[in-house]
Amino acid sequence: MRVNVTVNGEARSADDVWEGESLLYVLRERLGLPGAKNACEQGECGSCTVYLDDVPVCACLVAAGQVQDREVRTVEGLADGETLDPVQEAFVQAGAVQCGFCTPGLVVAAHDLLRRSPSPDDPEIREALAGNLCRCTGYEKILDAVRLAAAKRGA
Amino acid sequence: MDFLRPTTLAEALAAKAERPDLVPIAGGTDVMVELNFDHRRPPGLLDLTGIAELARWSADGDVLRVGAAVPYARIVQDLGDRLPGLAMASRTVGSPQIRNRGTVGGNLGSASPAGDTHPVLIAGDAVVEVASARGARSIPADEFYLGVKRSALEPDELITAVRLAAATGPQQFAKVGTRNAMVIAVCSFAVSLHPERLRVGAAVGSAAPTPRRASAAEEFLSAELTSAGLWESREPLPDSVQRRFGELVAEAASPIDDVRGSAAYRRHALAVLARRSLGWAWREHSGGGNERCA
Repeated sequence: MRVNVTVNGEARSADDVWEGESLLYVLRERLGLPGAKNACEQGECGSCTVYLDDVPVCACLVAAGQVQDREVRTVEGLADGETLDPVQEAFVQAGAVQCGFCTPGLVVAAHDLLRRSPSPDDPEIREALAGNLCRCTGYEKILDAVRLAAAKRGA
Repeated sequence: MDFLRPTTLAEALAAKAERPDLVPIAGGTDVMVELNFDHRRPPGLLDLTGIAELARWSADGDVLRVGAAVPYARIVQDLGDRLPGLAMASRTVGSPQIRNRGTVGGNLGSASPAGDTHPVLIAGDAVVEVASARGARSIPADEFYLGVKRSALEPDELITAVRLAAATGPQQFAKVGTRNAMVIAVCSFAVSLHPERLRVGAAVGSAAPTPRRASAAEEFLSAELTSAGLWESREPLPDSVQRRFGELVAEAASPIDDVRGSAAYRRHALAVLARRSLGWAWREHSGGGNERCA
Protein backbone atom coordinates (compact mmCIF):
# COMPACT_ATOMS: atom_id res chain seq x y z
CA MET A 1 0.00 0.00 0.00
CA ARG A 2 0.98 3.63 -0.30
CA VAL A 3 1.33 5.75 2.84
CA ASN A 4 1.17 9.54 2.68
CA VAL A 5 2.45 11.27 5.78
CA THR A 6 3.93 14.60 6.74
CA VAL A 7 7.40 14.05 8.19
CA ASN A 8 9.33 16.93 9.72
CA GLY A 9 7.05 19.38 7.95
CA GLU A 10 7.42 17.80 4.53
CA ALA A 11 4.78 15.79 2.67
CA ARG A 12 6.25 12.36 2.03
CA SER A 13 4.92 9.17 0.55
CA ALA A 14 6.13 5.62 0.71
CA ASP A 15 5.14 2.92 -1.77
CA ASP A 16 4.91 -0.86 -1.48
CA VAL A 17 4.53 -0.60 2.27
CA TRP A 18 3.61 -3.96 3.80
CA GLU A 19 0.39 -3.62 5.80
CA GLY A 20 1.92 -5.08 8.96
CA GLU A 21 4.95 -2.81 8.82
CA SER A 22 5.78 -0.33 11.58
CA LEU A 23 6.21 3.41 11.29
CA LEU A 24 9.80 2.83 12.40
CA TYR A 25 10.50 0.64 9.38
CA VAL A 26 8.91 3.20 7.06
CA LEU A 27 11.03 6.00 8.51
CA ARG A 28 14.32 4.12 8.46
CA GLU A 29 14.09 1.91 5.41
CA ARG A 30 11.75 3.77 3.09
CA LEU A 31 12.15 7.45 3.89
CA GLY A 32 15.88 7.52 4.67
CA LEU A 33 15.50 8.77 8.24
CA PRO A 34 17.65 6.49 10.40
CA GLY A 35 17.62 8.78 13.46
CA ALA A 36 14.98 6.77 15.30
CA LYS A 37 16.72 3.55 16.26
CA ASN A 38 15.51 -0.01 15.96
CA ALA A 39 16.28 -2.08 19.03
CA CYS A 40 13.64 -3.94 21.00
CA GLU A 41 10.70 -3.69 18.57
CA GLN A 42 8.34 -4.04 21.52
CA GLY A 43 8.14 -0.58 23.04
CA GLU A 44 10.47 -1.41 25.92
CA CYS A 45 13.51 0.70 25.07
CA GLY A 46 12.23 4.00 23.67
CA SER A 47 15.07 4.21 21.11
CA CYS A 48 12.53 4.79 18.33
CA THR A 49 10.64 7.60 20.08
CA VAL A 50 9.16 10.11 17.62
CA TYR A 51 6.32 12.60 17.76
CA LEU A 52 3.08 11.49 16.16
CA ASP A 53 0.74 14.49 15.91
CA ASP A 54 2.87 16.12 18.61
CA VAL A 55 2.67 13.18 21.03
CA PRO A 56 5.76 11.06 21.75
CA VAL A 57 5.27 7.43 20.79
CA CYS A 58 7.35 4.36 20.06
CA ALA A 59 7.50 4.26 16.25
CA CYS A 60 7.93 0.47 16.38
CA LEU A 61 4.42 0.11 17.81
CA VAL A 62 2.63 2.31 15.28
CA ALA A 63 1.36 0.49 12.20
CA ALA A 64 2.44 2.24 9.01
CA GLY A 65 -1.15 2.63 7.85
CA GLN A 66 -2.05 4.45 11.05
CA VAL A 67 0.05 7.48 10.10
CA GLN A 68 -1.75 8.11 6.83
CA ASP A 69 -2.44 11.88 6.57
CA ARG A 70 -0.88 12.50 9.97
CA GLU A 71 2.21 14.36 11.14
CA VAL A 72 5.43 12.76 12.32
CA ARG A 73 8.40 14.62 13.74
CA THR A 74 11.60 12.69 14.20
CA VAL A 75 14.88 13.57 15.89
CA GLU A 76 16.06 14.79 12.47
CA GLY A 77 13.34 17.45 12.62
CA LEU A 78 14.39 19.04 15.91
CA ALA A 79 17.37 21.08 14.76
CA ASP A 80 16.84 24.33 12.88
CA GLY A 81 19.13 23.80 9.91
CA GLU A 82 22.65 23.65 11.31
CA THR A 83 21.55 25.00 14.68
CA LEU A 84 20.94 22.25 17.18
CA ASP A 85 17.91 22.30 19.42
CA PRO A 86 18.86 23.30 22.99
CA VAL A 87 18.21 19.72 24.12
CA GLN A 88 20.62 18.34 21.53
CA GLU A 89 23.20 20.96 22.41
CA ALA A 90 22.87 20.12 26.10
CA PHE A 91 23.40 16.39 25.41
CA VAL A 92 26.66 17.25 23.65
CA GLN A 93 27.83 19.66 26.34
CA ALA A 94 26.93 17.39 29.25
CA GLY A 95 28.63 14.38 27.68
CA ALA A 96 25.33 12.54 27.76
CA VAL A 97 26.22 10.47 24.71
CA GLN A 98 28.23 7.28 25.00
CA CYS A 99 27.53 4.71 22.29
CA GLY A 100 24.80 7.03 21.04
CA PHE A 101 22.19 4.41 20.30
CA CYS A 102 19.61 5.56 22.86
CA THR A 103 20.34 9.24 22.29
CA PRO A 104 17.77 10.07 19.58
CA GLY A 105 14.93 8.58 21.63
CA LEU A 106 16.08 10.31 24.79
CA VAL A 107 16.44 13.62 22.99
CA VAL A 108 12.85 13.43 21.72
CA ALA A 109 11.54 12.37 25.14
CA ALA A 110 13.46 15.18 26.86
CA HIS A 111 12.34 17.66 24.19
CA ASP A 112 8.72 16.75 24.89
CA LEU A 113 9.20 17.04 28.65
CA LEU A 114 10.61 20.57 28.39
CA ARG A 115 7.77 21.68 26.14
CA ARG A 116 5.29 20.54 28.76
CA SER A 117 7.30 21.48 31.83
CA PRO A 118 10.04 24.07 31.27
CA SER A 119 11.76 23.61 34.63
CA PRO A 120 11.14 20.03 35.73
CA ASP A 121 12.35 18.65 39.04
CA ASP A 122 14.34 15.42 39.16
CA PRO A 123 11.44 13.02 39.78
CA GLU A 124 9.65 14.60 36.81
CA ILE A 125 12.71 14.12 34.59
CA ARG A 126 13.10 10.51 35.70
CA GLU A 127 9.44 9.84 35.05
CA ALA A 128 9.55 11.45 31.59
CA LEU A 129 12.57 9.33 30.63
CA ALA A 130 11.30 6.11 32.23
CA GLY A 131 10.48 4.63 28.83
CA ASN A 132 14.00 5.10 27.44
CA LEU A 133 16.79 2.66 28.20
CA CYS A 134 20.53 3.47 28.01
CA ARG A 135 22.51 0.25 28.13
CA CYS A 136 25.76 2.17 28.61
CA THR A 137 23.95 3.22 31.80
CA GLY A 138 24.93 6.84 31.32
CA TYR A 139 21.85 8.05 33.10
CA GLU A 140 23.49 10.61 35.37
CA LYS A 141 24.91 12.54 32.44
CA ILE A 142 21.58 12.29 30.67
CA LEU A 143 19.85 13.82 33.70
CA ASP A 144 22.55 16.53 33.70
CA ALA A 145 21.79 17.21 30.04
CA VAL A 146 18.08 17.64 30.69
CA ARG A 147 18.75 20.00 33.60
CA LEU A 148 21.17 21.94 31.40
CA ALA A 149 18.69 22.11 28.54
CA ALA A 150 16.01 23.40 30.92
CA ALA A 151 18.42 26.09 32.14
CA LYS A 152 19.32 27.06 28.55
CA ARG A 153 15.71 27.33 27.54
CA GLY A 154 14.92 29.38 30.63
CA ALA A 155 17.84 31.74 30.01
CA MET B 1 -2.45 -8.60 4.47
CA ASP B 2 -5.11 -5.90 4.28
CA PHE B 3 -5.23 -2.66 6.20
CA LEU B 4 -8.71 -1.25 6.77
CA ARG B 5 -9.25 2.27 8.01
CA PRO B 6 -12.92 2.74 8.91
CA THR B 7 -13.94 6.21 10.03
CA THR B 8 -17.20 5.22 11.71
CA LEU B 9 -18.10 2.46 14.14
CA ALA B 10 -20.82 1.20 11.76
CA GLU B 11 -18.25 0.81 9.02
CA ALA B 12 -15.89 -1.05 11.37
CA LEU B 13 -18.67 -3.39 12.56
CA ALA B 14 -19.69 -4.14 8.97
CA ALA B 15 -16.09 -5.02 8.15
CA LYS B 16 -15.80 -7.24 11.25
CA ALA B 17 -19.10 -8.97 10.41
CA GLU B 18 -17.89 -9.78 6.94
CA ARG B 19 -14.37 -10.70 8.04
CA PRO B 20 -14.25 -11.82 11.68
CA ASP B 21 -10.57 -12.71 11.23
CA LEU B 22 -9.57 -9.05 10.99
CA VAL B 23 -7.47 -8.06 13.98
CA PRO B 24 -8.48 -4.73 15.52
CA ILE B 25 -5.61 -2.37 16.27
CA ALA B 26 -5.71 0.88 18.27
CA GLY B 27 -2.55 1.86 20.20
CA GLY B 28 -0.72 -1.13 18.76
CA THR B 29 1.19 -1.77 21.97
CA ASP B 30 0.23 -5.47 21.92
CA VAL B 31 -0.65 -6.11 18.26
CA MET B 32 2.50 -4.56 16.79
CA VAL B 33 4.73 -6.59 19.10
CA GLU B 34 3.15 -9.77 17.75
CA LEU B 35 3.62 -8.56 14.17
CA ASN B 36 7.19 -7.37 14.73
CA PHE B 37 8.15 -10.74 16.20
CA ASP B 38 6.33 -12.74 13.57
CA HIS B 39 4.11 -14.33 16.21
CA ARG B 40 1.01 -13.47 14.26
CA ARG B 41 0.15 -12.93 10.60
CA PRO B 42 -3.51 -11.94 10.53
CA PRO B 43 -5.16 -11.64 7.13
CA GLY B 44 -5.87 -8.02 7.88
CA LEU B 45 -5.71 -5.20 10.40
CA LEU B 46 -8.74 -3.13 11.32
CA ASP B 47 -7.42 0.25 12.43
CA LEU B 48 -9.72 1.82 15.01
CA THR B 49 -7.79 5.07 15.45
CA GLY B 50 -9.78 6.88 12.77
CA ILE B 51 -13.10 6.38 14.59
CA ALA B 52 -13.75 9.52 16.61
CA GLU B 53 -16.54 8.06 18.74
CA LEU B 54 -14.23 5.40 20.19
CA ALA B 55 -11.66 8.00 21.25
CA ARG B 56 -14.02 10.00 23.50
CA TRP B 57 -15.11 9.70 27.09
CA SER B 58 -18.33 11.15 28.41
CA ALA B 59 -20.27 11.46 31.65
CA ASP B 60 -23.91 10.46 31.93
CA GLY B 61 -24.86 11.57 35.41
CA ASP B 62 -22.60 9.63 37.77
CA VAL B 63 -21.59 7.08 35.17
CA LEU B 64 -18.47 7.56 33.10
CA ARG B 65 -18.28 6.00 29.69
CA VAL B 66 -14.71 5.65 28.47
CA GLY B 67 -14.38 4.91 24.76
CA ALA B 68 -12.32 1.82 23.93
CA ALA B 69 -9.66 3.87 22.12
CA VAL B 70 -9.09 6.52 24.80
CA PRO B 71 -5.38 6.27 25.66
CA TYR B 72 -4.21 5.76 29.25
CA ALA B 73 -2.56 9.21 29.25
CA ARG B 74 -5.96 10.86 28.75
CA ILE B 75 -7.53 8.80 31.53
CA VAL B 76 -4.76 9.92 33.89
CA GLN B 77 -5.10 13.53 32.79
CA ASP B 78 -8.89 13.83 32.59
CA LEU B 79 -10.43 11.29 34.94
CA GLY B 80 -8.16 11.09 38.00
CA ASP B 81 -10.77 12.73 40.22
CA ARG B 82 -13.79 10.70 39.15
CA LEU B 83 -12.11 7.37 38.37
CA PRO B 84 -9.10 7.39 40.69
CA GLY B 85 -8.59 3.61 40.63
CA LEU B 86 -8.59 3.44 36.84
CA ALA B 87 -6.30 6.46 36.67
CA MET B 88 -3.88 4.90 39.18
CA ALA B 89 -3.72 1.65 37.23
CA SER B 90 -3.36 3.55 33.94
CA ARG B 91 -0.53 5.50 35.47
CA THR B 92 1.42 2.26 36.07
CA VAL B 93 1.14 1.05 32.47
CA GLY B 94 4.44 0.88 30.60
CA SER B 95 6.05 4.27 30.05
CA PRO B 96 4.91 7.71 28.88
CA GLN B 97 5.22 6.58 25.25
CA ILE B 98 3.12 3.49 25.92
CA ARG B 99 0.49 5.41 27.90
CA ASN B 100 0.18 7.85 25.00
CA ARG B 101 -0.92 4.98 22.75
CA GLY B 102 -2.28 2.09 24.81
CA THR B 103 -5.99 1.94 25.61
CA VAL B 104 -8.37 0.26 28.05
CA GLY B 105 -10.12 -1.30 25.06
CA GLY B 106 -6.82 -2.89 24.10
CA ASN B 107 -6.21 -4.09 27.64
CA LEU B 108 -9.61 -5.80 27.51
CA GLY B 109 -9.11 -7.11 23.98
CA SER B 110 -5.80 -8.72 24.87
CA ALA B 111 -7.34 -10.08 28.09
CA SER B 112 -3.94 -10.87 29.54
CA PRO B 113 -4.24 -11.98 33.15
CA ALA B 114 -1.60 -9.33 33.90
CA GLY B 115 -3.45 -6.42 32.26
CA ASP B 116 -3.18 -3.49 34.65
CA THR B 117 -6.70 -2.11 34.44
CA HIS B 118 -8.56 -5.41 34.91
CA PRO B 119 -8.61 -5.56 38.73
CA VAL B 120 -9.83 -1.95 38.86
CA LEU B 121 -12.65 -2.68 36.41
CA ILE B 122 -13.77 -5.67 38.46
CA ALA B 123 -13.48 -3.90 41.83
CA GLY B 124 -15.43 -0.93 40.43
CA ASP B 125 -18.19 -3.12 38.92
CA ALA B 126 -17.43 -1.84 35.44
CA VAL B 127 -19.41 -2.94 32.43
CA VAL B 128 -17.76 -3.65 29.08
CA GLU B 129 -19.73 -2.43 26.08
CA VAL B 130 -19.28 -4.49 22.95
CA ALA B 131 -20.97 -4.19 19.59
CA SER B 132 -21.37 -6.07 16.34
CA ALA B 133 -23.49 -5.63 13.23
CA ARG B 134 -26.03 -7.77 15.13
CA GLY B 135 -26.35 -5.19 17.91
CA ALA B 136 -24.73 -4.05 21.13
CA ARG B 137 -24.49 -5.76 24.51
CA SER B 138 -23.02 -5.05 27.92
CA ILE B 139 -20.88 -7.54 29.80
CA PRO B 140 -20.02 -7.12 33.49
CA ALA B 141 -16.23 -6.93 33.78
CA ASP B 142 -16.00 -10.02 35.99
CA GLU B 143 -17.80 -12.07 33.32
CA PHE B 144 -15.67 -10.73 30.48
CA TYR B 145 -12.47 -12.69 31.17
CA LEU B 146 -12.75 -16.39 30.34
CA GLY B 147 -9.17 -17.64 30.37
CA VAL B 148 -5.59 -16.68 29.62
CA LYS B 149 -5.98 -14.12 26.82
CA ARG B 150 -9.53 -15.32 26.20
CA SER B 151 -12.60 -13.16 26.65
CA ALA B 152 -16.35 -13.19 26.09
CA LEU B 153 -15.91 -11.13 22.93
CA GLU B 154 -17.37 -12.89 19.86
CA PRO B 155 -15.31 -12.92 16.64
CA ASP B 156 -17.58 -10.39 14.94
CA GLU B 157 -17.66 -8.03 17.93
CA LEU B 158 -15.60 -5.00 18.84
CA ILE B 159 -15.13 -3.49 22.29
CA THR B 160 -16.61 0.00 22.17
CA ALA B 161 -16.35 1.34 25.74
CA VAL B 162 -16.22 0.62 29.44
CA ARG B 163 -18.80 2.12 31.77
CA LEU B 164 -18.16 2.65 35.42
CA ALA B 165 -19.62 4.73 38.17
CA ALA B 166 -17.69 7.76 39.37
CA ALA B 167 -15.98 6.99 42.68
CA THR B 168 -18.13 7.47 45.77
CA GLY B 169 -15.28 6.50 48.08
CA PRO B 170 -11.55 5.90 48.06
CA GLN B 171 -10.00 3.57 45.50
CA GLN B 172 -6.53 2.10 45.39
CA PHE B 173 -4.48 0.08 42.95
CA ALA B 174 -1.11 -1.50 43.65
CA LYS B 175 1.14 -3.76 41.69
CA VAL B 176 4.41 -5.58 42.25
CA GLY B 177 7.21 -5.38 39.73
CA THR B 178 10.94 -4.91 39.48
CA ARG B 179 10.76 -1.19 38.75
CA ASN B 180 8.12 1.50 38.42
CA ALA B 181 8.11 1.70 34.63
CA MET B 182 7.82 -0.94 31.92
CA VAL B 183 6.70 -3.64 34.28
CA ILE B 184 4.37 -6.52 33.61
CA ALA B 185 2.73 -7.05 36.97
CA VAL B 186 4.03 -9.93 39.07
CA CYS B 187 0.71 -9.51 40.81
CA SER B 188 -1.68 -6.62 41.24
CA PHE B 189 -4.61 -5.62 43.39
CA ALA B 190 -7.44 -3.10 43.32
CA VAL B 191 -9.82 -2.05 46.04
CA SER B 192 -12.83 0.28 45.84
CA LEU B 193 -14.86 1.45 48.80
CA HIS B 194 -18.53 2.04 47.97
CA PRO B 195 -19.85 3.68 51.17
CA GLU B 196 -23.27 4.46 49.68
CA ARG B 197 -23.86 0.74 49.09
CA LEU B 198 -21.97 -0.37 52.20
CA ARG B 199 -19.87 -2.49 49.85
CA VAL B 200 -16.22 -3.11 49.17
CA GLY B 201 -14.92 -4.16 45.76
CA ALA B 202 -11.67 -6.10 45.55
CA ALA B 203 -9.92 -7.94 42.72
CA VAL B 204 -6.56 -9.47 41.90
CA GLY B 205 -4.54 -9.45 38.70
CA SER B 206 -1.68 -11.57 37.38
CA ALA B 207 -2.36 -14.25 39.95
CA ALA B 208 -4.79 -16.61 38.20
CA PRO B 209 -5.66 -17.53 34.58
CA THR B 210 -7.90 -14.46 34.57
CA PRO B 211 -8.17 -11.32 36.63
CA ARG B 212 -10.44 -12.33 39.46
CA ARG B 213 -12.82 -10.89 42.02
CA ALA B 214 -11.83 -11.61 45.62
CA SER B 215 -15.41 -12.34 46.66
CA ALA B 216 -14.76 -13.77 50.13
CA ALA B 217 -12.57 -10.78 50.99
CA GLU B 218 -15.26 -8.39 49.75
CA GLU B 219 -17.97 -10.13 51.80
CA PHE B 220 -15.83 -10.30 54.90
CA LEU B 221 -14.80 -6.64 54.86
CA SER B 222 -18.23 -5.32 53.88
CA ALA B 223 -19.78 -7.25 56.78
CA GLU B 224 -17.11 -6.13 59.27
CA LEU B 225 -17.42 -2.48 58.31
CA THR B 226 -21.19 -2.57 58.52
CA SER B 227 -21.53 -4.56 61.74
CA ALA B 228 -18.97 -2.43 63.59
CA GLY B 229 -20.52 0.79 62.26
CA LEU B 230 -17.18 1.79 60.79
CA TRP B 231 -18.58 3.27 57.57
CA GLU B 232 -20.07 6.11 59.63
CA SER B 233 -17.67 6.27 62.57
CA ARG B 234 -14.66 6.22 60.20
CA GLU B 235 -12.56 4.93 63.07
CA PRO B 236 -9.28 3.15 62.36
CA LEU B 237 -9.60 -0.40 61.07
CA PRO B 238 -8.52 -3.09 63.53
CA ASP B 239 -5.26 -4.74 62.45
CA SER B 240 -6.93 -8.12 62.61
CA VAL B 241 -9.49 -7.02 60.01
CA GLN B 242 -6.84 -5.69 57.67
CA ARG B 243 -4.80 -8.89 58.02
CA ARG B 244 -7.77 -11.17 57.48
CA PHE B 245 -8.74 -9.15 54.42
CA GLY B 246 -5.23 -9.67 53.04
CA GLU B 247 -5.39 -13.42 53.69
CA LEU B 248 -8.74 -13.74 51.95
CA VAL B 249 -7.48 -11.76 48.94
CA ALA B 250 -4.48 -14.10 48.67
CA GLU B 251 -6.81 -17.10 48.89
CA ALA B 252 -8.79 -15.81 45.92
CA ALA B 253 -5.73 -16.24 43.70
CA SER B 254 -4.52 -19.40 42.00
CA PRO B 255 -1.12 -18.25 40.84
CA ILE B 256 1.57 -20.14 38.96
CA ASP B 257 5.35 -20.21 39.12
CA ASP B 258 6.80 -18.35 36.15
CA VAL B 259 9.70 -16.14 35.16
CA ARG B 260 8.25 -13.15 36.97
CA GLY B 261 7.71 -14.84 40.32
CA SER B 262 6.69 -17.96 42.17
CA ALA B 263 3.15 -18.84 43.14
CA ALA B 264 4.10 -18.66 46.82
CA TYR B 265 5.60 -15.20 46.38
CA ARG B 266 2.52 -13.99 44.55
CA ARG B 267 0.22 -15.22 47.33
CA HIS B 268 2.36 -13.56 49.96
CA ALA B 269 2.67 -10.31 48.00
CA LEU B 270 -1.07 -10.16 47.36
CA ALA B 271 -1.81 -10.39 51.08
CA VAL B 272 0.61 -7.51 51.68
CA LEU B 273 -0.71 -5.40 48.77
CA ALA B 274 -4.29 -5.93 49.89
CA ARG B 275 -3.60 -5.04 53.52
CA ARG B 276 -1.65 -1.91 52.58
CA SER B 277 -4.04 -0.75 49.87
CA LEU B 278 -6.93 -1.13 52.24
CA GLY B 279 -4.98 0.87 54.84
CA TRP B 280 -4.42 3.71 52.35
CA ALA B 281 -8.03 3.67 51.23
CA TRP B 282 -9.33 3.61 54.78
CA ARG B 283 -7.08 6.46 55.84
CA GLU B 284 -8.59 8.52 53.03
CA HIS B 285 -12.10 7.50 54.10
CA SER B 286 -11.22 8.61 57.64
CA GLY B 287 -10.21 12.00 56.32
CA GLY B 288 -6.48 11.36 56.53
CA GLY B 289 -5.82 12.45 52.97
CA ASN B 290 -5.36 10.62 49.77
CA GLU B 291 -2.23 8.56 49.32
CA ARG B 292 -1.55 7.81 45.72
CA CYS B 293 1.81 6.18 45.84
CA ALA B 294 1.70 2.43 45.94
